Amino acid sequence: MACIEAHGLRKAFGTTTALDGIDLCVEEGRILGLIGPNGAGKSTALNAILGLTSYRGELRVLGRNPSSERNDLMRDVCFITDVAVLPRWARVWQLLDYVAAVHPRFDRSKADAFLANTTIRSTSSVRELSKGMVTQLHLALIMAIDARLLVLDEPTLGLDILYRKQFYDSLLRDYFDRKRTIVVATHQVEEVQNVLTDIVFIDCGRIILDCSMEELESRYVEVLVNPEKIVAGRALRPIHERPMFGRSILLFDGVDRQQLAELGDVHTPSIADLFVAVMGNPTGQARGRSR
Amino acid sequence: MNPASNPDAATPAVRLLYWAVRRELWESRSIYLAPLAVAALILVGFLISTISLPAKIRAASALSFMGQHNPIAQPYLIAAGVMMLTTLAVGVFYSLDALYGERRDRSILFWKSLPISDFITVLSKAITPVVILPLVTFAITAMMQWIMLLVSSAVLVVNGLSAAPLWTNSSLFEKWLILLYHFLTVHGLWYAPIYGWLLLVSAWARRAPFLWAVLPVLAVAVAEKIAFNTSHFGALVATRMIGGGGGSEEFTTAYLSMDPLMHFSPGAFLTSPGLWIGLAFAAAFLAAAVRLRRYRDPI
Repeated sequence: MACIEAHGLRKAFGTTTALDGIDLCVEEGRILGLIGPNGAGKSTALNAILGLTSYRGELRVLGRNPSSERNDLMRDVCFITDVAVLPRWARVWQLLDYVAAVHPRFDRSKADAFLANTTIRSTSSVRELSKGMVTQLHLALIMAIDARLLVLDEPTLGLDILYRKQFYDSLLRDYFDRKRTIVVATHQVEEVQNVLTDIVFIDCGRIILDCSMEELESRYVEVLVNPEKIVAGRALRPIHERPMFGRSILLFDGVDRQQLAELGDVHTPSIADLFVAVMGNPTGQARGRSR
Repeated sequence: MNPASNPDAATPAVRLLYWAVRRELWESRSIYLAPLAVAALILVGFLISTISLPAKIRAASALSFMGQHNPIAQPYLIAAGVMMLTTLAVGVFYSLDALYGERRDRSILFWKSLPISDFITVLSKAITPVVILPLVTFAITAMMQWIMLLVSSAVLVVNGLSAAPLWTNSSLFEKWLILLYHFLTVHGLWYAPIYGWLLLVSAWARRAPFLWAVLPVLAVAVAEKIAFNTSHFGALVATRMIGGGGGSEEFTTAYLSMDPLMHFSPGAFLTSPGLWIGLAFAAAFLAAAVRLRRYRDPI
C-alpha cells in the first residue's frame, strides 16, 4: 500500500492558488524531500496530508482520508511543522508526561535517552530554552513516537550547523528503519542530499520534478566543458549552463553518459544545482515529468 | 511504552480528557493563583479589622439574637461575594484566551500533532471554567472563611470574651453547602453559555478576542434600541450576567441575594427554562468552537 496517494490535489486561498492539481504517490519506506521556493505550496501540501487544511481532490494517507479520519490518522503520523512551536509555558517534564499519557505509541525511555545527550533539564520550562534547544526537545518528543509516517516541515530551522548534521544522522540511524516513511520539506537542500531516497520539486502549486535518487543519478549528468568543446556540448541541448573558472558546466537530462564523457569531466549534479537548473529554466519545466 | 498496552488501540476518552484538563491547569495557573491571592488579601484586611472586633461583639451582645446575626455574618458574606466576582473574572479571561492563546503562540500545531481530538480539547477548555474553577474557588473560599472564624475566635478569647456568638451566628457549615451549591449552579451551569460564547470567540478571533466578545453584544443591544426602542436583548444579557433567570421574582432575588441561605430552591432552578435554554446555547457555541478548531487553516 502506498503511504501517501494524491490525485488532483487543489487548494486556493481566495484568489491565490496554493496547490494546482498535485499528483503524488509515496511508497512506504521512502524518504521524500519536498523542495521548492517560498510560497511554492510545500507547506500547504503537507498541511493537507496532515488534515490541517481543507482541500479538493483525492488524498489518502496510510489508507485514510486525512480530512475525515484525522484523529485516527494522528496515532500513526507525527509531524513537526515550521520552527519549534512548543508552548512556552510548559516545563519539559509536563510535555513528556502529557505525550506519554495521550499517545499510545510514545516510548518515554527513548525520549529520555535523546534528552540525556542534550543540556535540557526536565525541570526547565520551554521559555528558558534557546531556539535550538526547543527544536531538540520537539525532536526528542517526536522521534520517541513509533509512527509510520513522519512529516517534517523545515525541521532544522533555527538549529546551528552542528545540530542540523546530528539531527539528520540520528534520523537515519535511530529512526528510519525502512518501514517508516519520512517526508521532509526544506530549504537546506545540501543537508538532505544524502538522506533522501526520492525528491519532488514543487513550484507555483505544481510538481516540476518527481523522481527517485537512483533515477536522478542515471538521468541527470553534469559536465565540465572546456571552451573549445562548448559548441558540441550545446548541440546536445543541455537544460542548464553556467560558467565556472573560464569553463562551463552543462547539465543534461537523459543524454548518454559515454557520449558526454568525451566533452569533459562527468558527474552527478547536486540537488541544489539541479533545482536551480530545473526551476530557472522553462524548458526544464517542460521536460520534468511525473511518474 | 507499557508492553501490556496495545499501541494500535486509541487512548480511552476519559484518560484523554483528564490529561487535557491537567494541561489547562498547568497552562492557566491563574485558575487557582488568582483566587488564592484575593483570599490572602481579604484575610489581611480581615485581620486588621479584628482590632475593633471585641467592641463590635460587646455592642452586638446587647441586641436580640436576630440583630446579632447581621454584623457578625456580614464579613463572611462580603468575602464570599468578592470570591465569586473573582471567579467570574478569572473564568472570563481564561475562556477568552483558551483557544486564542494556542493559535497566537502557534503551539496549536504541536497539540494537533497528538492523537487527541478537537472535541476533547474544547470540552476540557469548557470543563475548566464550568466545573474546575467553581470547585477550586469554593475550596479556597471555605478555607478562607474557616481561617477568618478561627482568627476572630482567637481575638475574642484573648480579650476575655466568649467566641460562642461567632460560631452560632456565622453558621459556617450550612453556608458552605449553600456556597458549594451556588458555585456549581450559578458559576457553573448558569454562566455556561457565557463561557461557551467566550470560547467560541476565542476560537474564531484573529486578534483582540475581548473586543470581539463584547462589541457584537453591544452592537445588537444598540441596534435593537434604535430600531424598536426596546432593550430586551440588553436585559437578557444583564440578567444572565448578574445571575438571575427563571422569570419569577423569588428566583431572581435568590441569586442576587448576598445571603443565599434565605433562598435555597434547587427545584425552581433546575426546572427554569432559562437554565436549559442557556445550556442549549452553550452546547451550540461549543460545537461551533470545535468545528472552527478542527477545520480552520492553521494560524
